[in-house]
Amino acid sequence: MRYRSEPPPAYLDAASAEPLHPAARSALLAALDTGYADPRRLHGPARSARLLLDNAREVVATALGVRPDEVTFTPSGTHAVHLGVLGLLAGRSRHGDHLVASAVEHSAVLHAGEWHERRGGRLSLAPVDRAGRVRIRDLPPEPTVLAVQTANHEVGTVQPVAELPGTAPVFTDACASMGRLPLPTGWAAAAGSAHKWGGPAGVGVLLVRKGSRWRHPFPGDDRIDERTTGFENVPAALAAAAALQAVVEERAERTARQHALVSLVRSRVAAEVPDVEVVGDPEDRLPHLVTFSCLYVDGEALVTELDRRGFAVASGSACTASTLTPSHVLAAMGVLTHGNVRLSLGRDATREEVEAFLDALPAVVSSIRAEAGL
Amino acid sequence: MSGAGREAVDLELDCRGMRCPLPVIVLAREFSAVPVGGLVAVACTDVAARVDVPAWCRMRGQEYAGESAADDGTPVHLVRRLV
Repeated sequence: MRYRSEPPPAYLDAASAEPLHPAARSALLAALDTGYADPRRLHGPARSARLLLDNAREVVATALGVRPDEVTFTPSGTHAVHLGVLGLLAGRSRHGDHLVASAVEHSAVLHAGEWHERRGGRLSLAPVDRAGRVRIRDLPPEPTVLAVQTANHEVGTVQPVAELPGTAPVFTDACASMGRLPLPTGWAAAAGSAHKWGGPAGVGVLLVRKGSRWRHPFPGDDRIDERTTGFENVPAALAAAAALQAVVEERAERTARQHALVSLVRSRVAAEVPDVEVVGDPEDRLPHLVTFSCLYVDGEALVTELDRRGFAVASGSACTASTLTPSHVLAAMGVLTHGNVRLSLGRDATREEVEAFLDALPAVVSSIRAEAGL
Repeated sequence: MSGAGREAVDLELDCRGMRCPLPVIVLAREFSAVPVGGLVAVACTDVAARVDVPAWCRMRGQEYAGESAADDGTPVHLVRRLV
């Protein structure tokens, strides 16, 4: 189904979903015919499915530098986050019930924290600086579990996970960074999401460090992997693993290219659009992602007009959110929330597309401001 | 404007019901009517204003003088003109 006849848009929203990697497509198609059986059974088709699932686990472990028995496939990144946060809390329930999360965590972490609160637990948010980096010296006291993302999904800032105090086990949400940056050290559990690295949707990865105290926070199941729930999507897990292996192999070249393109966006937007705030850490950040806010501009009008001109971008402005509240990330940083654009580069994004976006942006912004009488 | 009663407000802006970025646009448009040192009070029902008014002050070199509440409970953001 196609909605328009113009050239395909420049897709600059890879942080929401990266298009399927060719390696994932071929693994998925091959495994659809061989990976259908229940990996727990003792017959031939089951052994084939089990082999594929074990293979997927090993490939992911190698790509991430962890042990295969530390890897669990989940039905989504969100579910991996919930299992990671709540499973560490369940493992430490005799010590306390205090979850401390950075104020700029993905809503999946905050939802898990609110769920924990509704069951009598405690949730405190750790403040961040203007760049969105968690202020370690101002962490709320006596955490039972600390949740600090690897890098922020909206502004790209890398968090100091390895420098967190060793007083509580750390859950790190690596959904925005997995495959793009190596994992930090110092965590007890972590989560990733395949559709953000070029795997299929519906595959999350939960990592639990060997020796960490983790207990299933939900009813659990009788699968091969005690941490998972439900019949494994073996072909999708294999496709996710193939994509992760490929993007890690391609990482050095792609990271350098994307980092330079985002630097170009940061400098040209700041120089060519008046009254704009380019946010997040300018250097210590995700390679592919940049966010800026334009004063006096309606975020929905901005995204709609950019889409009309062939550029697909995301926004954290309230008027673009289903909740009609501004991005809690931008709010915690104390930066402008309206007129917000998040641009994120997929593996095939070209310099030409980025330059075309940068050439078009100033006129789009000034026309929206002119309509508002400014 | 009960909460701002301790100090004289030079200009009151009623932005109730306006969605972002309208309150900040109104603030920017009307701001020059007060002299340097003057205080502007912006009443906003839009939750984004709580972040965006202080951010506007920072970007524009003005002082965010805090938040109070109007008689009907609407948040009122106070801005002092510095330049």
